[in-house]
Amino acid sequence: MMSSRTAEIWVGIFVVAGFAALFMLAMKVSNLSAYTDDNGYEVTAKFEDASGLKVRSPVTMAGVTLGRVTKIKFDNNSFKAEVTMQLDSRYDKLPAGSSANIYTAGLLGEKYVGLLPGSSGDPCEEEKLQAELEAREPNIKGMDCGKQYLKQGSSIQLTQGSLVLEKLIAQFVSKFMEGDSSKQDKKEAPAQ
Amino acid sequence: MIESIRSLGRSGLSFFQRLGRGHILLLEMLRGMHSLLPRPGLLIQQIYSVGVLSLVIIVVSGLFVGMVLGLQGYNTLVDFGAEESLGVVVALSLVRELGPVVSALLFAGRAGSALTAEIGLMKATEQLSAMEMMAVDPVRRVLTPRFLAGFISMPLLAAIFSAVGVLGGYFVGVGLLGVDEGAYWSQMQAKVDIYDDIQNGVIKSFVFGMVVTWIAVFEGYDTIPTSEGVSRATTRTVVHSALAVLGLDFILTALMFGDS
Repeated sequence: MMSSRTAEIWVGIFVVAGFAALFMLAMKVSNLSAYTDDNGYEVTAKFEDASGLKVRSPVTMAGVTLGRVTKIKFDNNSFKAEVTMQLDSRYDKLPAGSSANIYTAGLLGEKYVGLLPGSSGDPCEEEKLQAELEAREPNIKGMDCGKQYLKQGSSIQLTQGSLVLEKLIAQFVSKFMEGDSSKQDKKEAPAQ
Repeated sequence: MIESIRSLGRSGLSFFQRLGRGHILLLEMLRGMHSLLPRPGLLIQQIYSVGVLSLVIIVVSGLFVGMVLGLQGYNTLVDFGAEESLGVVVALSLVRELGPVVSALLFAGRAGSALTAEIGLMKATEQLSAMEMMAVDPVRRVLTPRFLAGFISMPLLAAIFSAVGVLGGYFVGVGLLGVDEGAYWSQMQAKVDIYDDIQNGVIKSFVFGMVVTWIAVFEGYDTIPTSEGVSRATTRTVVHSALAVLGLDFILTALMFGDS
């Protein structure tokens, strides 16, 4: 039998190699790095159609992942899908008027939420302009002056749900049929 | 007629008796675990013979399994223009299934059979009885360190297998076939989840390690003390371990990945 000293050294190497392999699997192969920044702020958006979107789908702006979808539920009042997204707290200057769209990565890829920057208009300034146009005193009491950014709990108003292939085809077909029938109408019209 | 019913009953009884003895042995080994604390040398010696000596076959098979996955995955994916997903295919199949299962099968063949033969031969040459005569409990002195060593070694071996396999897929996919290196790793990182995939794979390998070493140790301890009995027990270890691993793999997969 091998001397116990050599055996111990080999077992030490074995254990280190095993944990190194686990570490490599965790860091290099999996998405552990995405879990490190759990602190962020949550915004919600209501979509007409959130089919294909999943919890942990990425939320991107300009192609860069800013956060992930954390919850998808059905809103019983508006009959829309309410999607809660967690955005990294580093990106705290997203304008409040941004819009959220559900896109597809590639032809058959997974769905993700794409944010498009909108206006971060100052409501006080808008009120002042409006008042000037209407020749009245601006009423900015109780209004939140300054530029508006997305923050914890704010909801995105402008949304565009996922495009379902069947819907698109149905739209296309109905357009086509309409065009066809109107052509026929035109053809029939001179004959009369 | 009566004879055939009787033989059926006898084989059923002996099956359940063996099952019961196996569980009693498992409980005894778990109870005797604490007696290892003052003597870690026993455990280290066993991890050496069970784990370290299995390292070569695990690393080489992992490398080749990963390389084959890279080659086959590439040939299938390139038809769809999706060869960038090669990393995902290789990593998911290794981490979820092939890593734990294939390394458990190799482990049963390499280490399990050796454990059974060693313990069975100890019994056949009455070394175990001699230990009992000296008031040394053979379960605690011989079986428990081997069982624990298998339980510890198996997850480490499975992790090494998966990691080496991913590297093998990388060598073939990126090095030979020209998949983009960044796509290989980044797609993998985007799709492989630390909890859903890697943690479940590690849980699987723990279960397999326990079952395989348990079967090996029990077959050795329960062997008929003749040379033929030892050879039969060794065969049974490999067959039963392989069946148990594949069956449990289905159950665990259904539990872990069934709802996603």
